[in-house]
Amino acid sequence: MIDKFVRSMEEAMHGIKDGSTVLIAGFGDVGTPNALLDGLIEQGAGGLTIVANAGGRARNPDQPTRGLARLIELGRVRKLICSFVRAQSVAGEAFRAGKMEVEVVPQGTLAERIRAAGAGVPAFFTPTGADTLIAEGKEVREYDGRSCILERALPGDVALVEAWMADRWGNLVYRDSSRNFNPIMAMAGKLTIVQTHHVADLGQISAGDVTTPGIFVDRVLHVAAGDPKMPG
Amino acid sequence: MNDTAAHAFKPLGRVGMATRAAQDIPEGWYVNLGIGIPTLIADHVPLDREVVFHSENGILGMGPAPPAHQENPWLINASTQRVTLRPGGSYVHHADSFGIVRGGHLDLCVLGAFQVAENGDLANWARSAHEAGPQIGGAMDLAVGAQRVWVVMEHATKDGHARLLKHCTYPLTARRCVTRVYTSMAVIDVTPKGFVVLDIIPGLTFDELQARTEAVLHRA
Repeated sequence: MIDKFVRSMEEAMHGIKDGSTVLIAGFGDVGTPNALLDGLIEQGAGGLTIVANAGGRARNPDQPTRGLARLIELGRVRKLICSFVRAQSVAGEAFRAGKMEVEVVPQGTLAERIRAAGAGVPAFFTPTGADTLIAEGKEVREYDGRSCILERALPGDVALVEAWMADRWGNLVYRDSSRNFNPIMAMAGKLTIVQTHHVADLGQISAGDVTTPGIFVDRVLHVAAGDPKMPG
Repeated sequence: MNDTAAHAFKPLGRVGMATRAAQDIPEGWYVNLGIGIPTLIADHVPLDREVVFHSENGILGMGPAPPAHQENPWLINASTQRVTLRPGGSYVHHADSFGIVRGGHLDLCVLGAFQVAENGDLANWARSAHEAGPQIGGAMDLAVGAQRVWVVMEHATKDGHARLLKHCTYPLTARRCVTRVYTSMAVIDVTPKGFVVLDIIPGLTFDELQARTEAVLHRA
């Protein structure tokens, strides 16, 4: 019997090595696997390359740092690949202090690099970013009269994903705008770990509603995480 | 500068600019609105005019902000504000969302900007190559991918520096992408011969507008 559910966070995080590339899904607090991030902080892997949409919110002195910001604060992130970094965030501070390398990528190129990794496409040409600072050092070709730059696929050793509902085969559905990076990161991770709000019996999720089929999923942990937090 | 006209005209504010741009969006267009003033445009398109708003985080058919106490914490826009979904709306993942952008499926995107050049070059993500917090987001994808790129911005900086230039001095977002600019003082098309003025706010003359613009302006 296939059962991808794990019973503990320790089991969910087992085997994540120092130096891994970790894809972290979510946009704002929506679709963000916060419990798994706490688990990764606890697990201890360092020298990580993190791929996420953004480097985290501006630092709030009234609140403890958490999630990705906490991981960065603890010095566990060697490199951050994302579409933007707020100057006043923990990531911005670490970047300016030279404690962490940052690669800023146009958001659509970021998503496509992740999608490409999951689909077995090693690289692709895109006009996004041509003739800008992010084109530096990249191969340029002209297609249909437009200048295009070569972008590499972005696979993860690990992907951390949040689902609304999952079954034991690892079939996933997402709620509203929490879909965002989750399906493509699930595809691009060699080891895809999911936290899910709800557990479904096998067959309970209508086949046409499955957004991420279980073939892309390795481990599922049931975490009743509650609603995403209001931003800011 | 001989600025006797200063009392005779009132530049448009943020809402004024958004309202003016909203007038020109026809029914049936698929539109992405960037962060800042462009986001305000959605509130000024009449609800009975069916314009489908796209948000980078995977929403088509985004509606206005929800009434108090009816917020859905699972439904946010690209500015991480809580929003609603109109009947007919749908969700997609991030690669499909940017496939909508990069694949040329949007009729229009409206972006904020620091500078626009007379050939349509856009600078809107950084003021230098060494930004303390580099923030590209989806701007480079939108600028390259949408069928039309409109910019909404103040006509000049707070210090009086022109933003409509012969050449951008800040790092580029994309080359030759802007098709129209809505400023606090005018509506200006970007054409093969340069900036063409379509509309000026009441009380300001063409010459007075030119005096506030580095690039050469052409009459429509």
